[in-house]
Amino acid sequence: MITKRIIPCLDVRDGRVVKGVNFEGLRDVSSPVELAKFYSECGADELVFYDITASSDGRKLFTDILCETAANVFIPLTVGGGINTVADFDRVLKCGADKVSVNSGAIRNPNLIYEAAKLYGDQCVVLSADIKRVDGVFRVFAKGGRENTGIEAIDWIKHCVNNGAGEIVVNSIDTDGVKQGFDLEMLEKVCDAVSVPVIASGGAGKIQDFITLFNTLPKVDAGLAASIFHFGEVKISDLKNEMHKAGIPTRL
Amino acid sequence: MVAIVDYGVGNLFSLKSSFAAIGAEVTVTDDSDVLRNADKIILPGVGAFEDAAKKLRDSGLDVVIKELAAEGKPLMGICLGMQLLFDKSYEYGEHNGLGLIKGSVKSIGDVIPSKLKIPHIGWNPLIFKNGTNPLFRYINEGDCVYFVHSYYACDCDDAVIAVSEYGANLTAAVADKNVFGCQFHPEKSGKTGLAILKAFVDMKEEEIC
Repeated sequence: MITKRIIPCLDVRDGRVVKGVNFEGLRDVSSPVELAKFYSECGADELVFYDITASSDGRKLFTDILCETAANVFIPLTVGGGINTVADFDRVLKCGADKVSVNSGAIRNPNLIYEAAKLYGDQCVVLSADIKRVDGVFRVFAKGGRENTGIEAIDWIKHCVNNGAGEIVVNSIDTDGVKQGFDLEMLEKVCDAVSVPVIASGGAGKIQDFITLFNTLPKVDAGLAASIFHFGEVKISDLKNEMHKAGIPTRL
Repeated sequence: MVAIVDYGVGNLFSLKSSFAAIGAEVTVTDDSDVLRNADKIILPGVGAFEDAAKKLRDSGLDVVIKELAAEGKPLMGICLGMQLLFDKSYEYGEHNGLGLIKGSVKSIGDVIPSKLKIPHIGWNPLIFKNGTNPLFRYINEGDCVYFVHSYYACDCDDAVIAVSEYGANLTAAVADKNVFGCQFHPEKSGKTGLAILKAFVDMKEEEIC
């Protein structure tokens, strides 16, 4: 029985973790390598590194950090941010990433997912979609959720899966940061539309939110969150113990 | 020393790092002399079977690997590298493998319910078969390992040392004397994965039968 995955997401700028983190026993809380090790030891099933660097110097730092993490942390690593071309896939895969997540890059370059999937396999290509309700319709947003593309989200996701996206991160802008739980309505629509793994993102505020997610929508494969893990509001080891007690298949 | 066979398939960085992390001396090589001098050999692999089998043949290393396996040198295939150990694969046609373990490789779609997603991707507990192989001496049954695959080894019951349940019992690990294989990625399976690699590194000749 495959277990439900818990995935912390780290925003990295110029080789450092951006959102302040608050952990006891961590020497350097803004070191991505230290934080990745810490999460891996706490039972994280996978890590997402999100590169929010704007400069090429920062990008070089990011890939150096990625290499160092991959040399020290032995769980799957997904990289997102700044992925616009197949050469970007190549750059991060060579540094030890296992999967690459595309967002705005897939909107700008309609062939990106197809080309990357053909080269590296579907399992390597993750579509990350920022979705928001606009007049009752789910729309895809670009540029970190700032720009409405006008694209209908479910059609977009289906299109990307047909082109070779092997996994979907559904990030609900409506629930993101609200901490009142995942966007179950949106996630159900996506789960019904595709047959690849779906990762829920946006809205988790407490342990119960993950349990509600997996109990309500058994088709969801993973839950992703950032600040609640970084600030210690939810400890991954506690979360996984509670999931296990609730009868959800969990890797302890 | 552990030698990881480099025949142009996939990125070997994580695999190499994982051996370094358990304190093993490790090298990535396409040199047959280095393979001959190694204590243990790792056959990695990702991607499509046909392409990987062809690259291995073109490199000439298939002959060396078969020869060393026949001499009793411990060999472990990982993921597609495990699938290459078998007689043949039915991934997009019919292709010959190394024939070091009896059995074949088929689509998991043949045996799992259609509602389940393919590939089988994620963490899944190991269920031991045919006793507890020395490869698992540092882990427990039920420990989870990380899988990413769409094809699985079958018709190899005697060699199966672990399965994982995903709508069916899928072959997770195999062993036949000195030849071992893991369908999952030990280098991505956290502490459990490293403990399996450590057991392989620590394995002594007399334990292999």
